[in-house]
Amino acid sequence: MSFLTLEHVSHHYFSKKNYTKALDNISFSIKEGEFVALLGPSGCGKSTILSIIAGIVNHTAGNIYVNKQPLHEAELDIGYMLQQDYLFPWKSIIDNVLIGPKISHDQSKETKENAADLLTQVGLSGISEDYPDSLSGGMRQRVALVRTLITNPKILLLDEPFSALDYQTKLKLEDLVWDLLRLYSKTSILVTHDIGEAIAMSDRILLMDANPGSIAKTFEVPVELRHEKPFLVRRHPKYQILFDRVWEELNKNEPNAAQSKVVESPNGT
Amino acid sequence: MEHESDQQLFENYQYNLKREKKFVLSWQIVILVAFFGFWELASSMYWIDPLIFSSPSEIVYVLLEKFSDGSMFTHLQVTLLETVLGFLIGTILGIVMATVLWSSERFSNIMDPYLVVMNAMPKVALGPIIIVAMGPGYLAIITMGAIISVVITTLVVYSAFREVDPNYVKVLKSFKATRGQIFKEAVFPATIPAMISTLKVNVGLSWVGVVVGEFLVSKEGLGYLIVYGFQVFDFSLVMSSLILIAIFAAVMYKIVERIETFLIKHSR
Repeated sequence: MSFLTLEHVSHHYFSKKNYTKALDNISFSIKEGEFVALLGPSGCGKSTILSIIAGIVNHTAGNIYVNKQPLHEAELDIGYMLQQDYLFPWKSIIDNVLIGPKISHDQSKETKENAADLLTQVGLSGISEDYPDSLSGGMRQRVALVRTLITNPKILLLDEPFSALDYQTKLKLEDLVWDLLRLYSKTSILVTHDIGEAIAMSDRILLMDANPGSIAKTFEVPVELRHEKPFLVRRHPKYQILFDRVWEELNKNEPNAAQSKVVESPNGT
Repeated sequence: MEHESDQQLFENYQYNLKREKKFVLSWQIVILVAFFGFWELASSMYWIDPLIFSSPSEIVYVLLEKFSDGSMFTHLQVTLLETVLGFLIGTILGIVMATVLWSSERFSNIMDPYLVVMNAMPKVALGPIIIVAMGPGYLAIITMGAIISVVITTLVVYSAFREVDPNYVKVLKSFKATRGQIFKEAVFPATIPAMISTLKVNVGLSWVGVVVGEFLVSKEGLGYLIVYGFQVFDFSLVMSSLILIAIFAAVMYKIVERIETFLIKHSR
């Protein structure tokens, strides 16, 4: 049964003098526990899709259902990870992690213990009273991951969460995130422009076209790859085959994108 | 061996740092002494009219006299109290008004032209109206001290509220935060440095408001002494008051600066 369904979703950005169509007729659905990657060039509206699912941006046309209920009625608990950690620099690590529960007025002891456990699980014990500026980029992004998981979200929206990290840290964090998401069998959507990352982490890849953003093609990741950790996937023979197919498809779309006008979405990539 | 030479380099650095500091300080003292020395000399040699420009020794004499009979303490106290109150009221009211504007985009759009006019308006020109409305007393002067900084504080703090990184707001929205929670958890703490920098500006503004207020209405205070000295042609009194204002305005500025370093350290 599908958990999240988008039906003919479109989105426009309006400004005083004109408008741009950021998303055109996006339809896909995700099963519970599935990991889907949205792959595409910058400006194709990938991030806008996440903002719409998160309820931060209202789509201008189409329908979204969560378990057959319209999105705005479903009160979907989401976890959102952004390109950068956006930890609050004036809050200690533990206060940053507990911001979600604080907002929903959950100050229970279990939540606090859970936070400490999760921090240990991502290899960050003993730093709860430190402040974000004393942590490295990788550590900060791991704190952001814990902050996202602590509210036990039904779906995780990962908006290029590894793009601001150095390559080594990125590979390690991919494995860690993948492990945790499988462990808690989270439904997840990863937005990325990195073909390798999409193949390494997800079960299914939705390749997007820009101007306006639409889904060009869907790739199923072979079963052998789905159950391997991202780092091992990258060394699997089938990885390269899929990579080449996606690469070819991406380049096929390129000329179209170059011809049409550059559309800038306020959300960036 | 190498360790020692590292230490040596560090000590050299510290030594140079200290020397530079001494150099700067000694020149600062030289300028101070030269200024007052030349003033004294020029006045006693009648290069400048001592009746108009007074002289440092005359000022010291006036200050000693006024402090020993206690009258200067009263004036100083009154002005300081008015300034501090005007400063606090102006700043706090400005922040509150910025918060109100932030709470509704529509309201802020409606208010926009009025804020522009109020900001452009030279506030001291409102003096007579404030005195008529508030009565010729402390209340009017404190209002002058506050009104001069309130609009600019509102505008600066409001624009700082709006410039908070929208991604912080996005994080909170993903947890379904209300607008009030977004303000409390992200917008307000993120703008504390901007608010503190308005404090420094407001200290100076409040002095302007209070002194002008005292020019217009009061029977006490340093601004009153300036006007009184001017009317009875006692320019030593005028100069004494000016020097006291300079000293205490600088002290207040320094205090605010200390508060700034403290707050920034503790709010990260």
